[in-house]
Amino acid sequence: MKTIRTLFAATTALCAATAVSATELEVTHWWTSGGEAAAVAEFAKAFNATGHTWKDGAIAGSGGVARPIIISRILGGDPMHATQLNHGRQAEELVEAGLMLDLTDVAEAEGWRDIVHPTSLLDSCTVDGKIYCVPVNIHSWQWMWLSHKAFADAGVDVPSNWDEFVAAAPALEAAGKIPLAMGQQPWQSSGAFGVLTVAIAGPDAWLEVNANKNAEVAAGPEYAKVFQAAAAARAMAANSNVQDWNQATNLVITGQAGGQIMGDWAQGEFQVAGQVAGVDYTCLPGLGVNEVISTGGDAFYFPKNDDPEITKAQKELASLMLSKEVQVAFNLKKGSLPVRGDIDLSAANDCMKKGLDILAKGNILPDGNQVLSADTTGQIEDLMVEFWNDPSITAEDAQARYAEIIASAD
Amino acid sequence: MADTTAQNGSEPWGPKPRKRFSRKNIMLYGTLLMVSIYYALPLYVMIVTSLKGMPEIRMGNVFGPPMEITFEPWVKAWAEACTGINCDGLSRGFWNSVRILVPSVILSIAVASVNGYALANWKFKGADVFFTILILGAFIPYQVMIYPIVILLRELGLYGGLWGLVLVHTIFGMPILTLLFRNYFTAMPEELFKAARVDGAGFWGIYFRIMLPMSLPIFVVAMILQVTGIWNDFLFGVIYTKPDLYPMTVQLNNIVNSVQGVKEYNVNMAATLLTGLVPLVIYFASGKLFVRGIAAGAVKG
Amino acid sequence: MAIAEIQGQSTEDVRPPVRLFRNLNAKIASIPMIMTAVFVFIGCTVWTIVHSFTKSRLLPKLDFVGLDQYERLWGTRRWLVSIENLAIYGICSLVLSLVIGFTLAALLDRKIRFENTFRTILLYPFALSFIVTGLVWQWILNPDFGIQSVVRGWGWESFTFDPLYNPDIVIFGILIAGIWQGSGFIMVVMLAGLRGIDEEIWKAARVDGIPTWKTYIFVVIPMMRPVFVTALVLITSGIVKVYDLVVAQTSGGPGIASEVPAKYVYDKMFQAQNLGQGFAASTMMLLSVVIILIPWAYLEFGGKKRG
Repeated sequence: MKTIRTLFAATTALCAATAVSATELEVTHWWTSGGEAAAVAEFAKAFNATGHTWKDGAIAGSGGVARPIIISRILGGDPMHATQLNHGRQAEELVEAGLMLDLTDVAEAEGWRDIVHPTSLLDSCTVDGKIYCVPVNIHSWQWMWLSHKAFADAGVDVPSNWDEFVAAAPALEAAGKIPLAMGQQPWQSSGAFGVLTVAIAGPDAWLEVNANKNAEVAAGPEYAKVFQAAAAARAMAANSNVQDWNQATNLVITGQAGGQIMGDWAQGEFQVAGQVAGVDYTCLPGLGVNEVISTGGDAFYFPKNDDPEITKAQKELASLMLSKEVQVAFNLKKGSLPVRGDIDLSAANDCMKKGLDILAKGNILPDGNQVLSADTTGQIEDLMVEFWNDPSITAEDAQARYAEIIASAD
Repeated sequence: MADTTAQNGSEPWGPKPRKRFSRKNIMLYGTLLMVSIYYALPLYVMIVTSLKGMPEIRMGNVFGPPMEITFEPWVKAWAEACTGINCDGLSRGFWNSVRILVPSVILSIAVASVNGYALANWKFKGADVFFTILILGAFIPYQVMIYPIVILLRELGLYGGLWGLVLVHTIFGMPILTLLFRNYFTAMPEELFKAARVDGAGFWGIYFRIMLPMSLPIFVVAMILQVTGIWNDFLFGVIYTKPDLYPMTVQLNNIVNSVQGVKEYNVNMAATLLTGLVPLVIYFASGKLFVRGIAAGAVKG
Repeated sequence: MAIAEIQGQSTEDVRPPVRLFRNLNAKIASIPMIMTAVFVFIGCTVWTIVHSFTKSRLLPKLDFVGLDQYERLWGTRRWLVSIENLAIYGICSLVLSLVIGFTLAALLDRKIRFENTFRTILLYPFALSFIVTGLVWQWILNPDFGIQSVVRGWGWESFTFDPLYNPDIVIFGILIAGIWQGSGFIMVVMLAGLRGIDEEIWKAARVDGIPTWKTYIFVVIPMMRPVFVTALVLITSGIVKVYDLVVAQTSGGPGIASEVPAKYVYDKMFQAQNLGQGFAASTMMLLSVVIILIPWAYLEFGGKKRG
């Protein structure tokens, strides 16, 4: 079979250099909601158009469910051919163990270093000077979403920054609104705290603590202000009895809550509900204080495979994911920002354009996942979810415990 | 119960009670009825919700009957809900689940019943030590075993295939099932076993000719346990196989657990009910068998 | 199977006098059990314990760090909360499952009408997975749609029943769902046990004028010892492993108020990519199970024949 195929390949190679025998690639990812699946379909469509076959291995439930599957498959000696992971340090060890395909030759041939913007995304994919993954999109945490209806009902103006929001909170409460909508999952608590930090202590302090693991800054006065603000925010969110982030977003959409601190994926919910930015809701990047974009998002990794044909197809897929057309098609469906600065996204909506603008100005921060290990992130999440839900923990206590985690972080 | 005491409990084994509305009976049926409501309520909520449209769910309370019945959620859950880019709903994994279920249930029950029989009637030195280890194994959280079992299956050359998964289900079903069978066989009249020995029957002879025909009820219990556990399993199915063989629960998980996008509770509930249908049907069907099995097997002749 | 039968027949003819071979067939038949016990349960446990002394992160590695993982474990608040929750959940769930299971079985055993219907209603929840159970109960206990809002709708405005949103009682909210799912099966096991009780015993008790409840407590329950042992193992092994239910119902919230050890293990292993920490936690779980169970298991299963 194989010889016949090779023979066949050899003869056809004369006719067309690009025509290769079709290879089936199994791709694991956790994009299962409507918009996400539509975005993946763009990848699949483009890949199938090259004559190969995209075999979909979607598993809902993000890292906690997908990771054991990915690791098991690799340990079991029978890995999938490509897999989604978040930007950052999640795959570090897999790369170090030599289990991932080196994409450096593709990256150099196509000049990824010049086209990927911001280049820090590519740095996350780089281990010992070699590139092991393809960043496909940027999702930023640094947003706040405000409901015009809620503020109108309370008789106050829609705030333009965090301080105004805090000032408006009593009026919202008096009108029977929840000032701040918050889901109760750990990642949400931790993410909202991160956004507050960037707004109140500033990006430099954030970097000092998260990237340089400076426990003194974490225990210092700037962070004390952040914890005080978080404690105040906790009181504002006391009545938002929801679990999932999109249930919290729904409180904002329906005007039951004033606002929500949540990443740009919340935008899709507003779109689905038929709301218009600037008319029904407002998006504040960086809480209106420090306008930055944090460059979290997704990347694809390609486990090593013995079959040279599969390796070849893997590389083709990698290059395809970064191509202009696919980037545009994918990110418009996904509601995320593209990883190339050189493409036109005129179809993007207002909030997305605001984001693109900030990105173009270069006001960027790495995402927590890029600088902290998953272990440290987990510890911070445990602390934050406890802090946000238990008013008996004082800001000081929480800060002390936070500084301890940072001190032992790696 | 105090009331029962006063009545001196003269009724239980007599003919059907004459006085239908005695205080005792009212208490008895009243209690059962109350308890039944508690048990039946969630199923009611699931069915009702699965027949509502999304706008009605957002507005109304969970217990209200649907104002406008729609079967759309059911259709969507079975044939349209998406898993990644494959939009063919639960139907995709149904046959895979059956393919996994049948050999797993048969093998695990066969192995465990023989184990239980050997432990109950043919004790050999050291058997109890292994049995104790097995019982302790029932207390190990599955999650811990994931990676070592991956390595084990890899060494056996079974990783990624159907038989690897069947083996995993057999292993994890073994502790409880073995215990069930062992207790059941131990409780059987010893004279029966002794008589068969005197007649010259051996290990397998007694097992097939005497023990097996008498143990329908315990087989039904074991089957209930295994069908439920294996059909509802998500973790093993997804970790020890490949997408070709993913069970139905993978689609269920994808429908129910999608963290992003609007939650369609009606589709969730319909998908849940559809996924639960096989074990539910087996329960309803085996209910009678269960009673008959007990009547035939457990009451001494 | 056919081959097995033939083997059985051949030994029956031979009847070896030597003791070692007497149970040869039983030994051969027990090979799967022995293999499972040795290779899977002991092997994997040893593997886990060894790796709990390492700093394995994403991949298992033999990079020993002594007791570091254990020190961190016992210094983590979430772990301590988890242990406490498991203790509360475990004791309540054990007692309630046994009491409810036995009581319901006894009621069904009173030769009642509609026994089939009642039994089916009580048993069906067991057909549903914990994920589903958690989801449904999360709904029913939701203060905005569920029981609380309905009762308030009847006019009792101050009625408050929101166990899943109150950190002090959230574990009982999970208990309600757990009992709902599992007690039916315990009931069936008990019922099977009750049906196995000789009718003569009841007749004798009646002749002696012993009240029904006394017959149950002093005669029937002691006779059902193996059934209770089975039920106990079923319930406790379920308790130790409780994970999906919590994830589906509360994800450990509010805050960390409903965290359980198995969730800690899973989250540390896969979410936080700290295998060493997860293994250390699971080793502690196993250790406590062993401490409680070994003496009991030895008495129960290791001893001679029970009466």
